[in-house]
Amino acid sequence: MIKVENLSKAFGSKLAVNGVSFSVERGEVLGFLGPNGAGKSTTMRMITGFIPPSDGKISVGGFNMVADPIPAKRLIGYLPENAPVYIDMTVQGFLGFCAELSGLRGDDRKKAVNRVVEMCFLESVLYQSVDTLSKGYRHRTCFAQSIIHDPDVLVLDEPTDGLDPNQKHEIRGLIRRMGERKAIIFSTHILEEVEAVCSRAIIIDRGRVVASGTPQELKRRSELGGAVLLVASGVKGAQLTERLSSVPNARKTMIVKEENGKVWVRIFPKTDNRNGELARNVLVAANCWQVEELHTEEGRLDEVFRSITLPETANKGTK
Amino acid sequence: MNSIANIKTIAKRELGGYFSSPVAYVFMVIFLVLTGFFTFSMDGNFFQMGQASLDSFFKWHPWLYLFLVPCVGMRLWAEERRVGTIELLLTKPVTAWQAIVGKFLASWIFLGLSLALTFPVFITVNYLGSPDNGVIIASYLGSLLMAGTYLAISCMTSAMTRNQVVSFIISVVICLFLVLCGFPPVTGFLTRMDKPWVVDLVSSLSVMTHFQPFTTGMVDSRDVIFFLLIIGFALFTNGVIIRSHRAG
Repeated sequence: MIKVENLSKAFGSKLAVNGVSFSVERGEVLGFLGPNGAGKSTTMRMITGFIPPSDGKISVGGFNMVADPIPAKRLIGYLPENAPVYIDMTVQGFLGFCAELSGLRGDDRKKAVNRVVEMCFLESVLYQSVDTLSKGYRHRTCFAQSIIHDPDVLVLDEPTDGLDPNQKHEIRGLIRRMGERKAIIFSTHILEEVEAVCSRAIIIDRGRVVASGTPQELKRRSELGGAVLLVASGVKGAQLTERLSSVPNARKTMIVKEENGKVWVRIFPKTDNRNGELARNVLVAANCWQVEELHTEEGRLDEVFRSITLPETANKGTK
Repeated sequence: MNSIANIKTIAKRELGGYFSSPVAYVFMVIFLVLTGFFTFSMDGNFFQMGQASLDSFFKWHPWLYLFLVPCVGMRLWAEERRVGTIELLLTKPVTAWQAIVGKFLASWIFLGLSLALTFPVFITVNYLGSPDNGVIIASYLGSLLMAGTYLAISCMTSAMTRNQVVSFIISVVICLFLVLCGFPPVTGFLTRMDKPWVVDLVSSLSVMTHFQPFTTGMVDSRDVIFFLLIIGFALFTNGVIIRSHRAG
């Protein structure tokens, strides 16, 4: 549904987005990750046709966003950053206005407004002026606006920013449900959100795509991915590491902490370790002590994120 | 047909925006009080003239509009940019010019409404004497066109900035220029240069020069075209400014 090729955007001499390419099909939820100022919002603004790209091609549902913006925009629902709304309108008036601009009139308009009001739990504030709403309601009102015409494509710029945990949970559920029938792009700073909602994720840094894949694939890039954590009691740390360093396919062992007579040790594999072989070997090597806990780690997305977007400090962080 | 529907939707929202805040009522009251004050209290006023005409009413319009119309126009785009709703509006399936025309028309209708609310002076003069109502209607038309011209300029300056005050000041300055170049002291000064074409050129740029014939009952197509041209030019520039912001 969304196809972006070699997209670039220059503001003056500064290249905000530099050669970004990706595509999103129906039924996919693409997570957009990256530090602040990485070019996430700029990319989204180009996809939705708010700003023209300096270079590259955007097609939405087969329509070129630059040459043929109106039919392309018809397919998109967009939640801009900070969820702007017309503060001099009521919630109902605002949603009606957005429905009309999307080409819904008369009965269709009424139905569309009722549908999103129900989906986003806005009944209680329907006749209230937007400027009297709390941030959460304002945010949901703007979110409701983006899905009012039941678009095939949804572009959401930080949809859960500034919401409380319950509201975040609701919005995530909504995105996941809608992701079954739509193509969705959303940006976020919250990494657990990516794991909870996305079928695929892209990490952008300084205008470039630096990593992409399913959340599982990304996590595997973590140094911790595949490492085995062992907790044993009744043994000294040095003794344990010495024993474990002789385990086949263990690259190195590291003591995480030592307290109350227990030792936490992390064993890193030589090669990609997925089938639990390392864990079995470790268990065999440690069988003369009391093993309290043993598990293979999945890797952590925040660590991958840091190591990719901040190469120099990431090494310090993980060691 | 679709574009007309979009323009209507945007204009309706904008007009609703005026009336859902105190802005509309404050503006109308001030406008009516000031027109009344100038018509009945200033030198050469309605009663002193002893004629059944609204000359004393219309002659202040170019000056009143100078400050009042930018108040109406300054928020149109500056507010959208400040709050960020411009991103919402321009990613909907509408073109920028539909939004520009819709906003402009809404404000123009609002100004027309305020102007229409001066009808008591029309009734008064008809009650006291028998004025030439054709002249009065032509004057109203001229006044409306002039208000539209000021408004289009305010729309344009509103798109330049996200600060309404800045937008107001720039628009007042531009409108002041349009008034002054036909203002008798200025044209008088130019006449002393003894180059009649300079006087003609400068004064033909002024809204005063083109508004004056309306107040004598003359609806000249050239004057109408002058106002429409400035409106068209200002709105076109408005579009260019909006596009240039988005292009970064």
